Amino acid sequence: MGNSAAALPNSTAVAAPGRRRNYARHYGWFIVPAGAVVLAVILFPWAFTLFMSAHDWKIGGGRLYVGLENYRKLFTDERFLWSVLRTLYFTALAVILPMLFGTAAALVFNRRFPLRGLARTIFILPMMATPVAVALVWTMMFHPQLGVLNWLLTQLGLPPSMWVYDARTVIPTLVLVEVWHWTPLVMLIVLGGLASLPVDPYEAAKIDGASAWQAFRHITLPLLMPFLVVALIIRTIDALKAFDTIYVITQGGPGTSSETINIFLYLQGFAYYNMGYASAVVVVFFALIVSLAALLLWTRNRVRSA
Amino acid sequence: MRLLEKLGFALAVLVLVSPAALVFLWMLSLSLKTELDNTAWPPVFIPNPPVWDNFAAVFARNDFLLYTWNSVVVSFSATGLAILIGVPAGYGIAKMRATRAAMVILIARITPGLSYLIPLFLLFQWLGLTGTLAPIVITHLVITVPIVVWVMIGFFEGLPGELEEAALVDGATIWQAFRHVAFPLARPGITVATILAFIFSWNNFIFAVVLAGRETRTLPVAVNNMLTFEQISWGPLAAAALLVTLPVLLLTLLAQKQIIAGLTTGGVKGG
Repeated sequence: MGNSAAALPNSTAVAAPGRRRNYARHYGWFIVPAGAVVLAVILFPWAFTLFMSAHDWKIGGGRLYVGLENYRKLFTDERFLWSVLRTLYFTALAVILPMLFGTAAALVFNRRFPLRGLARTIFILPMMATPVAVALVWTMMFHPQLGVLNWLLTQLGLPPSMWVYDARTVIPTLVLVEVWHWTPLVMLIVLGGLASLPVDPYEAAKIDGASAWQAFRHITLPLLMPFLVVALIIRTIDALKAFDTIYVITQGGPGTSSETINIFLYLQGFAYYNMGYASAVVVVFFALIVSLAALLLWTRNRVRSA
Repeated sequence: MRLLEKLGFALAVLVLVSPAALVFLWMLSLSLKTELDNTAWPPVFIPNPPVWDNFAAVFARNDFLLYTWNSVVVSFSATGLAILIGVPAGYGIAKMRATRAAMVILIARITPGLSYLIPLFLLFQWLGLTGTLAPIVITHLVITVPIVVWVMIGFFEGLPGELEEAALVDGATIWQAFRHVAFPLARPGITVATILAFIFSWNNFIFAVVLAGRETRTLPVAVNNMLTFEQISWGPLAAAALLVTLPVLLLTLLAQKQIIAGLTTGGVKGG
């Protein structure tokens, strides 16, 4: 029940404050091994990235201190700026659609019906499946001449699409894969929320003669809000970070028309080996992710206090 | 009217599950058909008769068994290590109500996987570890440790503390209280954490694609290479994709209850 709220950053330590704390510091030893690992593989890379981003650092080419030059270059690099816009476009679609479908799906799965367990398991399979394997099948389905999707379109009387082979359709097509992939996560979070709703308000509403829509609009939605916000933030972060399927299906192509920040970062770091420049991309990318997540939290708090 | 409503609801369920089901069925269909059927227009949906040649082709070429072994070693080591250090950490954080430690885990969840790779790539080169599985196992800890810690914090916070306190009053050390009281109680939580950490480690692509050499590829990287570098036909590709993801799909079907419980506690996801 209350477990779902653990996803909220500020609710991890909300339980009883009155408990005895005299043992507290001894528990520090339990955290030491994990702390060491986190230090080595998470915090050290962070510090080192900041350091590298101030250098012109090419693999095999030595390094040179350049201060903020990498950042200056980045903000005038049109290829990077386009990748930012593309990422925002991709993210907007890849957040809104899964939120809508995921919430609708959760409302369906919250009701009892025969074979519900099986249906729910099939529904969450996409998010558990190996992204590379799934991306491969989508690639075959997107084939303009032989792909099964164009056959479906013609059956429905629609013109065939170029899917990922055209600069205009590539991003919406990748969004389609992302929606298929991650709608289940939104569904699970919202379903967790629905399971925790109290029954009383609904009975009162029924007595007062409220319609099903009114009950949803004025009871379910407000009570569900914290869960929706969690889903929204998680989805935003994941959409910004999307990599596997984009990389496998298009590698940023055709041309650079699906090159998101993450793909740009990969190419700078591991195709061109501009480690210093790529580090600057990491820093800016991270700042973007954190500020968007913070913005969502802030908006939510404003809405709540208004 | 009742009947109509029921039919509408059944239709809604069908609409919800079919995109998921159809993609996997199509994967299966592609893997069981001949090349001729796979490129036929209109498409052939039901393999008639099903052929196993594609699976044979996958195993005949590409050191597929080696890559499977690599994936098994990496995922089991990364999951095992994460359980070993993550379960006590989750316990410690839950007991100390260490919000800041929990925040570090959240930061790990937010950071794009690639950002760890640039410094770690240089570090592994410098340490001379490239070309072994060690760098891949180590980077997979970036995924598995936060998942385990996060799930375990939630789990230990939900456990009543009375039993351990009784043990402490009876003179047990806090390690003994953890080892003999809290740990056995936490088995279900550990199961959830293990399953999720294993799945997201198995599925991970980004770390191995950068760090793996010819001999150290994991399955997702091997499959991606089949698509990119070898002009290979659809049947074997689909067969390989199916083989890679089959263990995870089976695990999901078998342990759906635990997986759903784990995912709703924090929307964990790797990479």
